[in-house]
Amino acid sequence: MTARPLRATDLLVVAAGGALGALLRLAVDTAAPDSLFPWPTLGINVVGAFALGLLPALTVVRRSPQVALALGPGVLGGFTTVSAWAGQVRALADDGHTGLAGLCLVATLAAGLVAAALGQHLARGAAPPESQT
Amino acid sequence: MTAVLVALGAVVGAPLRYVIARALDGRFPTGMLLVNVVGSGLFGAFAAMALGDAGWALLGTGFCGAFTSFSSFAVQAVERPARTATAYVVATAVLSVGACAVGWGLVSAVG
Repeated sequence: MTARPLRATDLLVVAAGGALGALLRLAVDTAAPDSLFPWPTLGINVVGAFALGLLPALTVVRRSPQVALALGPGVLGGFTTVSAWAGQVRALADDGHTGLAGLCLVATLAAGLVAAALGQHLARGAAPPESQT
Repeated sequence: MTAVLVALGAVVGAPLRYVIARALDGRFPTGMLLVNVVGSGLFGAFAAMALGDAGWALLGTGFCGAFTSFSSFAVQAVERPARTATAYVVATAVLSVGACAVGWGLVSAVG
């Protein structure tokens, strides 16, 4: 992807996808019941990491760099977030919930990395052999 | 109104992330690390500012939320060799939470 020169349309596509992803995140946050542990952000980040790993399984993503940009750095980039995760860990620790802060930090990392690896693994299985090179 | 502000913040944050990551990511994802640490620092600072619902939707949920990205971080980590991945994961977790605490602390101290 870095071999391709940066185009203005790439930025527009990432911006539009990012806005859609952020709105999806807002919808999940709004729909989720209030809880001390930030489940919505954990779920968003784990699902988003899995989906980004799985993305190359879609033929349209392998064929079109702009669809790949719209869905990857765009939708999934805007949907998932490190800042809210860091903010929630900080807030839990500051409020004296040190154990929950540590759990939020570690559980997000562990589940997110496993999800990304699993998504990639499934994508490799799904993609036709010639597209793997 | 909240949705419009979140989308507006994300329209700026997401392409800004893409440009920085594209320019600086290499064998080590320096660009994404920088984005996630700076975005988390700003998130902490904005949280301490008591911005109100509209300001928070634009800057916190919209801009910082879409500027930083967990999915890119996670996929980059699992694609790297073990030592690079470990350094990247530890650096992202420690520096992002640290920056968020510093941002929060600085604004709280001033305000």
